[in-house]
Amino acid sequence: MSAVLAAGATSTHEAVVFWILAPVSVLAALGLVLVRSAVHAAVLLAVVMLSLAAFYTTEDAPFLAVVQVVVYTGAVLMLFLFVLMLIGVDTADSLVETLRGQRVAAVLLGLGFAVLLVATLAGALGSFHTKGLAAAQADQGNVVAIAEKLFSTYVFAFEATSALLITAGLGAMVLAHRERIEPRRTQKDLMLERVRRGGAGLAPLPGPGVYADHDAIDTPALLPDGSVAPGSVPEHLQVSAATPHTDETVKELGR
Amino acid sequence: MSVDNYLYLSAILFTIGTVGVLTRRNAIVVFMCIELMLNAVNLTLVTFSRMNGSLDGQIIAFFVMVVAAAEVVVGLAIIMSIFRARRSASVDDANLLKY
Repeated sequence: MSAVLAAGATSTHEAVVFWILAPVSVLAALGLVLVRSAVHAAVLLAVVMLSLAAFYTTEDAPFLAVVQVVVYTGAVLMLFLFVLMLIGVDTADSLVETLRGQRVAAVLLGLGFAVLLVATLAGALGSFHTKGLAAAQADQGNVVAIAEKLFSTYVFAFEATSALLITAGLGAMVLAHRERIEPRRTQKDLMLERVRRGGAGLAPLPGPGVYADHDAIDTPALLPDGSVAPGSVPEHLQVSAATPHTDETVKELGR
Repeated sequence: MSVDNYLYLSAILFTIGTVGVLTRRNAIVVFMCIELMLNAVNLTLVTFSRMNGSLDGQIIAFFVMVVAAAEVVVGLAIIMSIFRARRSASVDDANLLKY
C-alpha cells in the first residue's frame, strides 16, 4: 500500500471504490437539489457525506474519514433533522418563482461554472506529479502525524477554534432563547380555570371500553343507550376509533 | 485511475451545491446545499494534500469541519428564530430588509 502511495498511482481497489461511489454521490447531490421534501434532502445529503468518508479512507486520510462520519453524518445532519422536526416536516418548497426565469438562469450559471472549473483543473493538472503521503506520515501513521502538526504548527489556529466553538454555542443559546412574556400557568391555575368552566370537565374522562367489550385501547366506552361516550378514546386514536368495535364490525373483521 | 478524478468529482459536487443554493426556497435545504459545497471543498483539500505529499491539506480540511459545525449551530438557530417570528422557513418570506 505505502509503495503504491509513494509512486502516486492509485490501486485497483481504489478505482473500484471511486467508480462505484462517485456516480452515487453525484446522483445523491442532484437529488438533494431536486427533491421537494426536506427530509429526503437530508437523507440524500447523508449519502453524499458517507461516500465522501469512503473517499477519505481510500485517499489515506482515515482520521478525517472518522471525523466526517462522527461530525457531519452524526452531529450536523442530526441537527438538521432535529430542526426539521421542530419547524415541521411537511414544509415543502413553494414552486412559485419570485424572480421570473431565475431557475433557468441559475442552472445555466451552474453549467458555465462547472465547465470553467473542469477546464481550469484540466489545464492546471496536466503535468502534475502526485507525491503521495507515505513520506509525510513516515512510519508513525496518519493520526499521530496529524496530531503532531496540529499541536505544533497549527496550535494557535486550534486554540482559536475553541474560542469559535464557545462563541457559536453562546450565540445559538442567545438566538434560541425566548423571553417569557406572561407568567407560567401552574397546575393550580389550570384547576381553577376548569372549576370555573364547570360542566363535564370536572370529573375524569370516561375510560375506554376495553374490559367491557374488547381488549383494544381504541374501543370506545358505550353509554347506556348504546351511543359512544365522547372523550373515552384518546384523541390520537380517534382515527381508528371512527368505526366502534361493536359485535358486528368485529365479526366482519374476523376477530 | 488518476488522482485528478477526485478533483473533478468535487468540482461537480460544488457546482450542484451552488445551483441548489440559487434555486431552492426552503432555508434548511439551502443550508444543506452549503454543507454540500463545504464537503466538496474538503475533498479537494484532502486530494491536494495527497498530491503534494504534505498533511497540511488534511489539517485545513479538519478546521473546515470545525467551522462548518459552528456555522450550522448558529445558522439553524437563526432559521429557528425567523421561523418563530414569521411561521415560515422560506427565504422568500424574509424580505423586511428589502429596498
